[in-house]
Amino acid sequence: MNLILEKRELAPQACLFVVKAPRIARKARPGQFIILRPDERGERIPLTIADSNPERGTITLVVQEVGKTTARLGRMQKGESILDLVGPLGQPSHLEKFGTVVCLGGGFGIAAIHPIAKALRELGNWVISIIGARKKELLIMEEEMRLASSRLLIATDDGSYGRPGFVTDAFKDLLEEGIQTDYCIAIGPVPMMRAVCKITEPLEIKTVVSLNPIMVDGTGMCGACRVTVGGKTRFACVDGPDFDGHQVNWDELVKRQGIYLEAEKLAMEMFLHPEGACHRRGEGDAH
Amino acid sequence: MPIDTKERLKIPRQKMPEQDPRARATNFEQVNYGFTLELAQLEASRCIQCKKPTCIPGCPVGIDIPGFIKLIEVGDFIGAARKLKEKNCLPAICGRVCPQEIQCETPCVLSKKGRSVAIGHLERFAADYEREQGEVLIPPRPKPSGKMVAVVGSGPAGLTAAGELAKMGHEVTIFEALHKPGGVLIYGIPEFRLPKAVLMAEVDYVRQLGAEIECNAVIGKRETVDELLASGYDAIFLGTGAGLPNFMGIPGENLNGVYSANEFLTRSNLMKAYLFPEYDTPIVRGKNVAVIGGGDTAMDAVRTAKRLGAKNAYIVYRRSREEMPARDEEIHHAEEEGIEFRLLTLPKRILGNDTGWVVGMECLQMKLGEPDESGRRRPIPIEDSEFVIEVDTVVVAIGTGANPLVPRTTPGLETNKWGNILVDEATGQTSRRGVFAGGDIVRGGATVILAMGDGQRAARAINEYLRS
Repeated sequence: MNLILEKRELAPQACLFVVKAPRIARKARPGQFIILRPDERGERIPLTIADSNPERGTITLVVQEVGKTTARLGRMQKGESILDLVGPLGQPSHLEKFGTVVCLGGGFGIAAIHPIAKALRELGNWVISIIGARKKELLIMEEEMRLASSRLLIATDDGSYGRPGFVTDAFKDLLEEGIQTDYCIAIGPVPMMRAVCKITEPLEIKTVVSLNPIMVDGTGMCGACRVTVGGKTRFACVDGPDFDGHQVNWDELVKRQGIYLEAEKLAMEMFLHPEGACHRRGEGDAH
Repeated sequence: MPIDTKERLKIPRQKMPEQDPRARATNFEQVNYGFTLELAQLEASRCIQCKKPTCIPGCPVGIDIPGFIKLIEVGDFIGAARKLKEKNCLPAICGRVCPQEIQCETPCVLSKKGRSVAIGHLERFAADYEREQGEVLIPPRPKPSGKMVAVVGSGPAGLTAAGELAKMGHEVTIFEALHKPGGVLIYGIPEFRLPKAVLMAEVDYVRQLGAEIECNAVIGKRETVDELLASGYDAIFLGTGAGLPNFMGIPGENLNGVYSANEFLTRSNLMKAYLFPEYDTPIVRGKNVAVIGGGDTAMDAVRTAKRLGAKNAYIVYRRSREEMPARDEEIHHAEEEGIEFRLLTLPKRILGNDTGWVVGMECLQMKLGEPDESGRRRPIPIEDSEFVIEVDTVVVAIGTGANPLVPRTTPGLETNKWGNILVDEATGQTSRRGVFAGGDIVRGGATVILAMGDGQRAARAINEYLRS
């Protein structure tokens, strides 16, 4: 069960896993996610299904090492199994022929936007994808995105590849070209999705974002993942993860994502330095 | 030597030994130690063996209560456990979490003359004795019926339905969405009230009766109900349990430090956050914690908060103590452990600081008015009575809605306006042929034993359906 068939490094501290999960692969649709727990003492974390192959019975996960659980996953190898894996969860992304669609992927959000871009193009949309990262070596899945898109724009913060600046800068260039955008999807870090919405809102371009609040069960039981959308409390695990970006209460989301920052730091440090961590517990910044 | 009724009536109700309240408020070990053999036999001898027992109709699964108590009295403890298991696959669980005081113990004739027989404590004793002696007997497998049943959810309703159906000879698979079986028994009820080892032993019993349990299987997503039927299952029992938590709809409920009881308890119980960082899942350990609500879940949450290190742990409840739906024992234990009860108190808004964390809760003082439709006296706010409780953590324990995953993906499955599945009360039959349901997905939010009663009734109805 949940055997890792392939592992590939995409960027420093970011890996792609192809995992055997035939029954999830058969059902997964773009936009959905899984929840996994790497081992018996592990935490449950949600990860987007970056790709699924029903014939091979596999799903693809892209893991960026940001905390203990993802770091633990990063050390898993081909041939090992993930203890628990449940899915597909969440609502699939809404897909139809909109016309011209702009798909923005920031950082590891590119892995999540990839299946959506691919599916939208297959439906006959003109798909312009804009992907970006802090620097060239952190940019992932460029080739896959090129194949999935009608046109691909690239931006890096430090200018080491593509247009210097953020994906939103590249998006502004595009709008200045006079491209009529019918629909927009943005997936990436919260500041990036929020910045995209700031551009599209005055232009009245419908913009969907994929939210990643903290989750525990992920199946509509615990309520950890509540977000405020259009002034109402919604649950990202069963109502989302896609929401109308112009309606999202971003300030609240950012604050809620930070609930466990201290605990996460401690767990990470104990993982990296199991010997000395107890002494440093509670001393704050570990670096 | 036989004792006459008069003498039996003279014996006082025996008290179960408990961990010292001050010590237990700082640990997660079991609160009640259970009866010793002597205490159990003495308590059992209080039962006057009524010709027409009034206790049995009070039991949602119809246990032969005088029967198993007699066996304890005569020292056949294993026999008592087996008598229990004729009607109840999970006696060690029920003996710990059933609200006996409103079920079997209220109609006990002794409750009129003093105090009823401690049926719940005796049930727990017999089940624990059998398990601890390693004498759990697995009944021989019946002749296979050739029929397959899928049970969705491994909580009390699902486990009971699965156990009964397996005993009837059907091939049963339980699909559980979480990574461990037990449903609310594992994610909701804390270790200090129901040790995981006790739960796992009874889950194993259901497995040994012949039911298979598949975890990490989320029905309504990975497979729909229709796909299960198409893949060869002849009938389905839906015991998907509680859904999304209710919130009060007051300002500040999404501040950091505000939990639903489901999340708070799931982190602590299922994910073992009380052992962080030994286990990876964190939990906010508040110094001043308010739990809103007056049910068993609220008591579990507030006592968990206390054990996580809260200096002040409050129950905030808008009615008075008499109207609290929690078991008497839980309220009593909570009081002993130093939980403060802020009764007739209605939260108005939760106050936060500029980093988004809870710093207090503004409440209104209430008074009791005329009885409402539930028969309980309606709480009425006293004007201009606002006051602030200083808290850094708030846990909302005011019930749950219905889980939408199965109803949303099962065409023709009728639900009420809250999303709970509609069933025929006598059989658990839903609007879909071959599909039955029970427990909280039907009732909205009830007890473990009512869910088990539903599972048992549905198992009988499914058996009839499969054999007709």
